[in-house]
Amino acid sequence: MEFEAVIGLEVHAQLLTKSKIFCSCSTEFGATPNSQTCPVCLGLPGVLPVLNKKVVDFAIMLGLATHCTINKNSYFARKNYFYPDLPKGYQISQYELPICSNGYIIIKTKDGEKKIGITRIHMEEDAGKLIHEGAYSLVDLNRTGTPLLEIVSEPDMRTPEEAVSYLKELRQILLYLGICDGNMEEGSFRCDANISVRRKGETKFGTKTELKNINSFRFIQKALEFEIERQIDIIESGGTIIQETRLFDSSKGITLPMRSKEEAHDYRYFPEPDLMPIFLDDSYIKEIKNKLPELPYEKRQRFMKSYNLPEYDVEILTTDRSLADFYESCVKLYNNPKTISNFVMTEVQKELNERKCSITDTKLKPEHIAEIFKLLDENKLNYNSAKALLPKVIETGKNPSLLMEEMGLIQISDTDQLKTIIQEVLKQNKKELKEYLSGKEKLFAFFIGQVMKKTSGKANPKILQELLKDMLSKISIDDVDNLYTKK
Amino acid sequence: MNLLNLSITQLKILIEKKDIKPQELVELYIKQAKKYQGKTNAFISFDEENIIGQVKELERKLEKGFSGKLAGIPVAIKDNICTKGIRTTCASKILHNFIPPYDATVVEKLKAEGAIIFGKTNMDEFAMGSSNETSFFGPVRNPWDLERIPGGSSGGSAVTISAKQAPAALGSDTGGSIRQPAALCGVVGLKPTYGRVSRYGLIAFGSSLDQIGPFSRNIEDCALLLECISGYDVKDSTSINVDVPPYHKNLSKDIKGLKIGIPKEYFIEGVEEDIVKNIEHAISIFKDLGTEIKEISLPHSSYGIAVYYLIATAEASSNLARYDGVKYGYRAENINDLKNLYIKTKKEGFGEEVKRRIMLGTFSLASGYYDAYYKRASKVRTLIKNDFLKAFEEVDAILCPTSPTTAFKLGEKTSDPIQMYLSDIFTINVNLAGIPAISIPCGFDKKGLPIGMQIIGNYLEEQKILNLSYAFEQNVGGFKYSPFEEDKKWSSKQS
Repeated sequence: MEFEAVIGLEVHAQLLTKSKIFCSCSTEFGATPNSQTCPVCLGLPGVLPVLNKKVVDFAIMLGLATHCTINKNSYFARKNYFYPDLPKGYQISQYELPICSNGYIIIKTKDGEKKIGITRIHMEEDAGKLIHEGAYSLVDLNRTGTPLLEIVSEPDMRTPEEAVSYLKELRQILLYLGICDGNMEEGSFRCDANISVRRKGETKFGTKTELKNINSFRFIQKALEFEIERQIDIIESGGTIIQETRLFDSSKGITLPMRSKEEAHDYRYFPEPDLMPIFLDDSYIKEIKNKLPELPYEKRQRFMKSYNLPEYDVEILTTDRSLADFYESCVKLYNNPKTISNFVMTEVQKELNERKCSITDTKLKPEHIAEIFKLLDENKLNYNSAKALLPKVIETGKNPSLLMEEMGLIQISDTDQLKTIIQEVLKQNKKELKEYLSGKEKLFAFFIGQVMKKTSGKANPKILQELLKDMLSKISIDDVDNLYTKK
Repeated sequence: MNLLNLSITQLKILIEKKDIKPQELVELYIKQAKKYQGKTNAFISFDEENIIGQVKELERKLEKGFSGKLAGIPVAIKDNICTKGIRTTCASKILHNFIPPYDATVVEKLKAEGAIIFGKTNMDEFAMGSSNETSFFGPVRNPWDLERIPGGSSGGSAVTISAKQAPAALGSDTGGSIRQPAALCGVVGLKPTYGRVSRYGLIAFGSSLDQIGPFSRNIEDCALLLECISGYDVKDSTSINVDVPPYHKNLSKDIKGLKIGIPKEYFIEGVEEDIVKNIEHAISIFKDLGTEIKEISLPHSSYGIAVYYLIATAEASSNLARYDGVKYGYRAENINDLKNLYIKTKKEGFGEEVKRRIMLGTFSLASGYYDAYYKRASKVRTLIKNDFLKAFEEVDAILCPTSPTTAFKLGEKTSDPIQMYLSDIFTINVNLAGIPAISIPCGFDKKGLPIGMQIIGNYLEEQKILNLSYAFEQNVGGFKYSPFEEDKKWSSKQS
């Protein structure tokens, strides 16, 4: 019997506002515990929240980017529960009327594109953190009041791969909008998963479990795979799934029960009386809409169409909005999209990966790339030298032509000069030469390599090839021992 | 001249003319506050040194040319309003040691006008009560009869005025907590329009109902105090962004042609006969003053108490969740796990009435009950509000008793919460609607206890109810707000 999984995801995205959602404390990560607090986020008696307008703007941006309805009238609600990292004893969130609802995003699956529904997006405040030290539990409230968007999907995903694809797409949208840094390790992009299984063809949902605390794409994949397996095993052996919340243990790769449905909180939601309802008018929403950047999906479509690039290239070039912008600027200066794409995807990307940084963190400019290609076209530089040149450009931001000279990377295209070097190489490698002349033609590359070594890679490869071929064809095996001496 | 008998508007003039020094005035009041503390128990905290420090600083500022609308005037503050560096307890064990690191907006405003923060007054625990008997620091006694309650929850603030322990005070009103004690103590108390005064720094009970307001001896003082504490506050999103009129300067006795509504639903059985008589007399005075009296109907009035005890308690159950022993305030001892820390801290830290209301509110919000209780109550709240809006299409103000009874005896109603809750039957609907109302003295019953009259206005029409009150006050020759003997002697000397 074949089973399929039904997966819905809840994502919490921390917003890149400078200050918290209801007070003016900084949201910066990693400060001394409790140094970024004030009476408001500490929940001292008598304080009141004041909404950070930026949070509303960011929520609208994400709503528009995910094709949601922006609800012109929404309000905050209190979610009541007790925990030491929640200083007021309630979290200010949205419940009955969230700011955005009924949207979707398009993801890639092995069977092509698929629409995943977004049920709702709402604004809320983050809680603090507990640090357990020996017999004590310490409370750090720096994170308390950091703005979050909770993005709830429809149960539209059927495989762990689809779930990961959805998360990657959503994360990319957030990054494109510049409203979340997407850092999963630091917890600025967190995911809970609701998952159930059912026999294929069944239309009713099975009993679901909720998986919490999964902080990387790999773990999400593993947690879901494990949970699907676990649920199928239970059903196949005649058991029933218990509705519960489970925690993913990343070290063991398994999920463990955390609390059952019976132990679930009654959050006693009610409208937050300390904040006014949010009223948005059309012109305000339109203003934000006009400022939205091109989104990943649209960008990818356009790149494929206008640059005629394969999907693979587009995927890589558009991972990062700044990289995509960089690529486009390069193409404007040097109109050979595929060549630039190859170079950016391989050489530039390699340098960025090594430095663990984004293109905007370096001194590399599109003008540099165009210049490098000009030098290549003019035979002043060969590809190897271009590769050697790139890190220096990235570090110094200097003009490639200038650097090429400074580094002595100018290509040797002078035939006399190259001939002399080839002669030297052949004389020094008589054994290989004899073998070559006896038919071991693979050694041609060996000679090229030797010349390159002698010229520190600066020989013009095209001219070198032609010269070498020509010179080798003029040598007979008997001449080898006295090569180039009689003359 | 006995300074204790002067209103703050009179004192203000003397201070401005440099006839008296603020320190002289404040020291006099410190003496008086201490003298009656044993009898009334009006104060929870009274830091003499701090008060003298404030006066000295003010005098230095005055020398440098500072002027303020309340320069040198002592103002007692209800102990649920945060005062920086001064213990603020809400009359609860759970906050018995809480010292706020910040001032409530109203306190900042008072200080900016040169007022002296003059002690923290006793109240019902977390403002939950109508008799001031639920205080962790013991009940407050009514100066008119020390065996009787002063009303609540702002009992301490009302008493400071009546016992002349302070010339002015602030209280808070969630269901009648300013007006009812004002009535029972024979002083003036005003609950402003919801949002007129910032709630920032007021320790929340029912957030959608709470409002800070002044206690005073007369209407002039009330207008001046209201003017000083009102105004939009960026720290309170529910405060109203409308300019504050000069209430004091605009006071006028000319109320001719104004229409006063008398709600037929408010003269129900159970209202004491003497109260009905006095209110009727007051109505006749208003007639003489040229107002038109009209019977009106507020048909949903009788649902007020039920609606209030669902909404206020729901909000309270959430507002009081933060007192968990983790960060500040009382923490139960010898606890080794989180659950017991919560349970024992709350069990030991909160009093009976507070626990009762937390439980009521928790039920009204519980899943499965929310629609039937909290949500339904919110809908009926709208009906109550609409009653008032409709009435104000016909009349300028509404007049009724503040409380169905005069001050009752200590312990008389403590065992019967419902009876206690009915004390607020005439005041509660005003909070549910968010409109302003004032309680002013309008005579005494046969036992010699003060009777209060409530004048209710439309949104932001504080000036209108102040003017009506002012005309009445002037007509009756001023209010007798204090029972104390020595003052009678003084008044005879004066005449």
